[in-house]
Formats: sequence, C-alpha cells, structure tokens
Amino acid sequence: MLTPESRKYIGSVGAGLERKRSWPQRLHVDVPLLCALVVLLSFGLMVLYSATNQSVPEMRRQLYFTGIAFAMMFGIAQFDVRWLRTWSPWMFVGGVLLLVAVMVFGEVTNGARRWLNFPGLPRFQPSEVMKILVPLTVAAYLSRKVMPPSLWHLTICMMIIGVPVILIAKQPDLGTALLITVAGVFVLLLAGIRWKWVMIVLMLAMLAAPALWVFYMDDYQKNRIHTFLDPEREPLKAGWNIIQSKTAIGSGGIYGKGWLKGVQSRLDYLPEGQTDFIVAVLAEEFGLVGILFLLSLYVVVIGRALYIAGVAQDLFSRLLAGSLALTFFVYVFVNIGMVSGLLPVVGVPLPLVSLGGTSIISLMTGFGILMSVHTHRTARIGY
Amino acid sequence: MTERHILKDHNQERRLFLSRLFIGAGIAVVLVCALITRMVYLQVVQHAYYTTKSDSYRIHTLPVAPNRGRIYDRNGVLLAENKPSFFLTVIKENAKDLEASLNLLANTIHLSADEVDKLRVRLKRRAVPFSPVPVRQNLSEMDIANIAVNQFRLPGFAIEAQLARHYPQGELMAHAIGYIGSMSEEELKTVDPENYEGTDEIGKIGVEKFYEDTLHGIVGYEQVEKNASGRIMQVLSRTDPVAGQDIVLYLDSKLQKATSDALGDFKGGAVVIDPQNGGVMAMVSKPSFDPNLFIGGIARAEWARLNSTKDGTPMFNRALGKYNPGSTIKPFLGLGALDTGIRTREYTIRDPGHFQLDGNSHVFHDWTWWHDHNGHDLVSLEKAIYQSCDTYFYDLATEMDIDVMHDFLTQFGFGRNASVDIPKASPGVLPSRKWKKATYGQAWYQGETVNSAIGQGYTEVTPLQLATATMLMANHGKWHQPALIKRIGLDGEDIAHPNAAPDIKLKNEDDWNFITHAMTEVVHKGTGGYHNTGTAYSAIAGAKPMAYTMAGKSGTAQVAELTADHKNGDAVDEEDKDNALFIAFAPAEDPKIAVAVYIEHGAGGSGVAGPIARKILDAYLVGEDGQLKPEYRPKTTLAPALITSTAP
Repeated sequence: MLTPESRKYIGSVGAGLERKRSWPQRLHVDVPLLCALVVLLSFGLMVLYSATNQSVPEMRRQLYFTGIAFAMMFGIAQFDVRWLRTWSPWMFVGGVLLLVAVMVFGEVTNGARRWLNFPGLPRFQPSEVMKILVPLTVAAYLSRKVMPPSLWHLTICMMIIGVPVILIAKQPDLGTALLITVAGVFVLLLAGIRWKWVMIVLMLAMLAAPALWVFYMDDYQKNRIHTFLDPEREPLKAGWNIIQSKTAIGSGGIYGKGWLKGVQSRLDYLPEGQTDFIVAVLAEEFGLVGILFLLSLYVVVIGRALYIAGVAQDLFSRLLAGSLALTFFVYVFVNIGMVSGLLPVVGVPLPLVSLGGTSIISLMTGFGILMSVHTHRTARIGY
Repeated sequence: MTERHILKDHNQERRLFLSRLFIGAGIAVVLVCALITRMVYLQVVQHAYYTTKSDSYRIHTLPVAPNRGRIYDRNGVLLAENKPSFFLTVIKENAKDLEASLNLLANTIHLSADEVDKLRVRLKRRAVPFSPVPVRQNLSEMDIANIAVNQFRLPGFAIEAQLARHYPQGELMAHAIGYIGSMSEEELKTVDPENYEGTDEIGKIGVEKFYEDTLHGIVGYEQVEKNASGRIMQVLSRTDPVAGQDIVLYLDSKLQKATSDALGDFKGGAVVIDPQNGGVMAMVSKPSFDPNLFIGGIARAEWARLNSTKDGTPMFNRALGKYNPGSTIKPFLGLGALDTGIRTREYTIRDPGHFQLDGNSHVFHDWTWWHDHNGHDLVSLEKAIYQSCDTYFYDLATEMDIDVMHDFLTQFGFGRNASVDIPKASPGVLPSRKWKKATYGQAWYQGETVNSAIGQGYTEVTPLQLATATMLMANHGKWHQPALIKRIGLDGEDIAHPNAAPDIKLKNEDDWNFITHAMTEVVHKGTGGYHNTGTAYSAIAGAKPMAYTMAGKSGTAQVAELTADHKNGDAVDEEDKDNALFIAFAPAEDPKIAVAVYIEHGAGGSGVAGPIARKILDAYLVGEDGQLKPEYRPKTTLAPALITSTAP
C-alpha cells in the first residue's frame, strides 16, 4: 500500500506530467475508442431506423438514451477508477439491496419481476447495474491480493458473484444472470486462476448439466435447446424466429437488398427485428459487406478495450478493463451466433445497436470506465 | 491477514494477466472467424435458397375476377348489370370485443341468431389471419347508415363494396334470362378452374348459363406482397382481367312487360317470336320470381317457397314446359291433310256431334256436345278450323294415320327442341307408332290417333314450340331457329343462326293462304249465326274493333275427365279446369309477330287465352293513336272477301 507521503509524491509528479497532456486526455476521452463507438452507434441507428419501419418516435427515444449514455460515459470517465475501487464494497452492497428491493417492490412484466419504478425516478433494472458492479467488486477485492488467487479468495469471489446472480436468476432473468457470471469469471480468469481449478469447475458443470435439465430448467428453456438443434421441428412456433432470421440473413447475399429495402422485418416475418434479431435486418439490407463492417467495428472497439486493459497501470484497472472488454465480446458473439443459428436462442441484445435504453447506458458506462482507466494514468515509478 | 505482508510481484502478476488476456483475445479472434464463416455460408453459399424462401413467404399471386358481361334487350335496355353491392365484414384480430359488437348489430341491423351462427362457422374455418370475413351481404341503405353511425363502437367491422350481379327488371325477366348463383363443386368441374379462380358465381340457368363462356371473361392476376399476418401490403404487378362480353338479346322489355301484364294473375306461359328472324321477343312464365334473390346466396326458406306447389312453383318455366296443345294443333294438321291429299278444301262431312271408330263402342264427342247435341252440321276444313270441329278432325286423323301426322308435324319443330340457346325447353312429345313402341313397348291403338287429332293424349308441346310453329305458318314454311341472342357486344353484328330444319315446301303453296284465312276467321268471322262464327270472335274481334287482321287458333286441353255432374254445370275444381291455349300471328297479310299463350287451368282457349294473345299483339302492333303502327302495315292484303266469307 502507498503511504500518504508517496501518494503526495506521485501526485506531484503526475501534476507535473499533466501539463503536457493533450486535450482529449484532459477531458479523459480515448479518441480511438470514441471514434469507433460513434461510428458503431451511427450505423446502429441507421439499421434501427429501418428495423422500426422508419418510426421517428422510436428513433427519438433511442437518440435520447444514446445522449444519456454518452453523458454517463463522459461522466464516469472523469472519476479515477481507483476511486471506484475504494467505494466498490459500498456500491456492491447498494446494488444487492436494490436487487432485494426488486424482489419486494419490483414491477412484474411478462411474468418476470425485473424493474424498479420508484416515483420521481426513471424506471430501471438494477440487474443492469450489477453487470458492472460484479466485475468491479471482484477486481477490487482481488487487486489487494497476491495473484494467482488462492482457493479462499476464490471462494470469496464466488460469493460476490453468486449472491447477485442468484437474486437475478430468481426474477427470473437467466440470461442476465449468466452474463454477470461470465463477467465475474472473466476477472478470475484474467487474475490467473489456476487451470486445474478451471478444469474442475468445467467438469462439475458438465456433470451438473443433466441435473439442471431435469430439475431446474423451465419448459420454455428446454424448448429453446430443442429448437436450436432442429429449428424445422416447429416451424410456426418456436422455430419461426430462427428460420425467419436465417432467411433474412441468407436472402441478403453479399451486397444486401439496400437500406430500408429489407422485406423480412418490414413485413413482420422477422420477430424482434428491432431488438434481439436486429442483426438479421442489417444482414438483409447490407449483406455480407455490412456484417463484415459491423464485425470490424466491434473488433476495433474490443481491440482498443483489450489494449487499454493490457497497458493499464494497476491490477484493479487491468482486471476490470479486461473483463469489460471480454464481456462485451461475449455479448456480440452470443447475439450474432444466436441470430445466425450457431447458438440457441437466448435473450441477448446486440450491444449498442438493438433498441433499448438501459442496455446502451450500462454499456457506455463500461466504456467510460475504460476511458477512465486509460486517461487517469500516473507516472510509472520503479517499474 | 497473512497475505497482506506477502510482497506482491507486480511484474509476475502483469505477465500472468497479459498471457490470460492474449488467450482471451485469441479465442475471440477464433470466434469472430466462426461468425464470419457462418455468415459467408448463409449469405453466399445458401443465398439462392434463402432468396427463394423469402419470396415464397411474401409474394402471393391473387386472381382478379373479370367483370361479367352485361345483358341488354334489343333496344339497349339493361337486363343484367353489375352494381356495387355493400357487405359487412369483420376482421377478427381487429375486433376488440366481438360479442359486444354482435349484440350491438343485433339491435341496429337486426342481425339474426342464424346469421351469427353462420358467421361463427366462417370465423372458425378461416385460414388466413387478418382476412375479412363476411357478416352480411346486400346491405340496405338503412343498414349502412346504422352501421356508419355506430362505427366507433364496432372495431374490426367494415363495409366493403364489390360488384354484384343485379337484374334491374326483377321478376319480369327471370324466366327469359335466368340468373347466376354460387358455383357448386360439379359446376366447377365444367369450367376451366384457373379462369374461375376469382369467381364465386356462375350462370345457373337461362341466358346466364348458356352464354356463361361469353359473359364470364378472362381472369386477371395480381402479384401482391403479404406480411407475416397475411395482410396485403402492396401490389407488385397486375395483369388486368378481360371483362366478359356484353350480350344483346332479341327480347323486347316493353313487350315482355305487356305480355306479363296480359297474363295477369293467371299461371301460365307465353312466347312471342319475330317471324322475320326467329328472335324471341318475349318469354313469360307466371308466377315468376326475383332473380336478385340468388345473388349472394338464397335463403333456404325462400328457395323452398319458389319450388312449392302451393305458391304455384314460381321456379318452373311454363313457357318451356310441355302440355297437350288441344285444338291449336288443328291448323297444322289440316295443312298436312291438304298437302298429303287426304282432304281437299271442298270435302265436307255432316257432323252429328260425335264420332265412333268402326267396330268400337267408344264415343268421341265434339266439344259442342256439352252445349247442344246438334253438332256442326255440314263441315269443311275451313269451318273445321274456325269452328274448331273435333268430329271433322277425328275423321281426318283416322284416315291420315298417326305416322303420317307425325312426319308432317315434325317439320314444324314439334317433338324436339329446335331453339338456338334455350336448352331448358322440353322437346315435348309428337307420338308415332315407333315412339310408343320405344317408350312403352306397346302397339299403337286407333283410338289414340283419334285423341291426337285434337291435341290430346300423348301429344305434348311447349308454348315455345307452338310459337315457333305459328311463326312457320306465318312465314309459309320459312324456318328461323328461335333464338334469344341477337348479337354479342352492343355494336356487334347480328348473329345469323343456322336453320334447325329445312324450310317446309308444300305441293300447293296456296294452302298456306287457305289455312291462314281459316285462322283469321277464328278471330274475325262474326256473321252467320252461332254455328258459323269463329270460336274466338266474340272474345277478340267482336269485343273491341281491331286495327289489323289477326290469325289465330284456340285450344282447350282437357286436364281431367269431367263427370256428368260437371257437364251439368257443377263447379269444377281449380286443378281440374282445362288448360287454355291460343296461338296467333299478325298482321295476317304480312306477319310481324307470332305468339303462343298457355294458361294453366284457364278453362277457355278462345275466351281466356285469346284476349290475352290479342293484348300482346296490340301492345306490339298498335300505336298510341289506336292505329296499326306504320312500320307494321302490310304491303299486300288478303282478299277482303275471304275474311268475311261464310263456310262453303
């Protein structure tokens, strides 16, 4: 730990360096990441405009949320991540309390209790907050320990991950619970958890899978697996989505049918074309070229995020940045894999493109953290 | 707490982190490649497959029914047209509260429980979501107003318009032009199913049926784009249907009206033919029905009523039904007797009022027997026609023999349907030995020849056949096939119909004039006392002065054997009354119109059917000034002496 004296010293050195900093650094903005995000969000809005059948009100809403998301990103970026680390236990406890509040006061929509709607505050999903708080807290906890983490530390981490995940799974929102697990586990993996334990957990999971199938999974979840294995089984019910999205993607060809000229979503053949299946709309209208463009934008964003993680100055920043980058990739892969029929249907939106304010705001908050990591650098001393 | 004092090796930690980060990045790269491979497979390798699949979902070809050809009378009066008809439909998906809406409709447009039940069946059967299902067809203006006022309380309900067949003349033309109705499975087999893809209704009877191919037209197609709910979003391309051709008929709606009015409340049929071309100018059967009832489906009760005997079977076309012709057969038979040389004009018999075959005890009575027992006294062929002497014809027929009678009368179109386009007409029966053998497997009896002489027994003819034969008499044997169709298209050429039979050639062409003269005497001969007056004189020419010469012949066909009581003046039951017939043409000198009237249970051919025939002729020939219209004035005249002459 740093002594107050050394802190002062480092601070004075940092203050000295700061004068030489360029204006983006002073604004705590990472230009390459910002550019990639702006292009990605613009392209996303273009696709969304078509997917919503050129609905201006929907676009206005989405632009409004995008604005809020940018504000969040810039806002978070102004805080030094180390400040976040200090406060993480309290934020985590606050987040868990919110989840408990959801269980008690939550609003029920589509049979699930996910939303908090306090008067005077915008309606929001506490589980979205946990997407960031879980990796943040795990990284904060581990950053004070010696790596690779010991079994005891792992157990503590598993509890930090497990408590919110169980609360979210109870809502029920299995998709988000799984993604939060993944974000937390990424921190552990990046921290250098031994492969031996990784193997043991994987084998336990494989053994537990049949038990999960029999005792835990709902019929609709089992159905999704069935449908994934054989979409033609129920072409008008469960298989409809995936057949229609594959048809949209396939009929797009190399160059696509042109912007606003896709028929699968315009004629309502493609369900959820604005949200989870938006990549099918993109593929139909912009073809393989559009898909490659989208993927390269994601590659740039993720690549930059991984770079930020790689060059981060302290363990906490590294773990958090790395986890956020890899989780973001998981979102991208799971969504596109699901829509193109590589993975079973799970309700994961296409990050930064699908309609929906909460998702964009939480993702951009994550990028704000990344920018903070990269712009609140201190002079390296000793190493 | 111990770890806190273990020195962190930051470099080692950083290397461990970086190696893990590289592994993660590597896996990410592999997975992105997997996604790209997947997309290439879908978008390049399987592109054609998915393109076809996408099109097959959204592009549908819909048939567009052609507009049916209209039907006009000879003067361009519309007989059948296509009018926008309004019907109420409901889209189930858009109906918020179907039950409440149906309750409201029950109050506002009196939607019956029966209609609601039928609607429920249709809603259940409906295959495509968001498709409108008919609730009620042929909405009245009142219905439309009531629905419009309550529209906001009827979500999902809509009034739609569609062209529907309409018969502006209603009952008047029903039996002449027929009607269209919903196509049955069997009917669908008789047409090209592709051409009828958009068509629900087909000609059921009459002109509508006979000229179905001409009237129907050629189906068009629309390529439409449908969304996942089956709703049509846009029309991609359209091949217009070719409308059916219009048809112009020989029918004259004014004359048809006059004919219908002349029949009044009698049951019966009448056919009017233009002798110059065989065109059917009027074809009436009473009682009639409204053909508009069949458009959009006829109610069961309505159908039952149209076919019930109690209501006079309005569906039955009496103009085409077969009946005993009675004495209307006599002019033709008399002509045959002259032509075959069996009788001369001068040959006379002394009529005692009854007739007996040699060696047979059965007595055939003359019709006068029931008035007095004097008979007609001295009777020539001329008098036998204008006095309608049965005894003369009993004697004549016995000598002529049934087969000779059959062969001669065949030339007039009896015993078959000689029409161009009226397939529903009965062929009737013109008996012969051969016919009886084939039909009953029995030998012919001489007594049956006697019955045939006065149009009784087996002999059955239709009013259409009688009118045709009358036309032949008026034309001196010149054949024109009776036809309803005049031309196709309002500006088309008149169709020349082939003749159904060779023209009738007589050995002595003047025999036409002789019989015609005798027929004018039926109507006009009014001097010479009871036994020398034309049978129809008092009812026709004697009743009111005439502007033209009319040739006619009455017929009173026995329906039931009358008992002695009836003959003594007791009332006869309605259904036992004789059928009354009358045939006529005019002006006798240069005929412009030939008519046959049949009155069911009309009792008197001369007294009841005769004046009706005159009314029809008057309507056609006489102008408002009471004079013969100039265009119908004969260029030649019959010798006036002939008209007023008495029997030889």
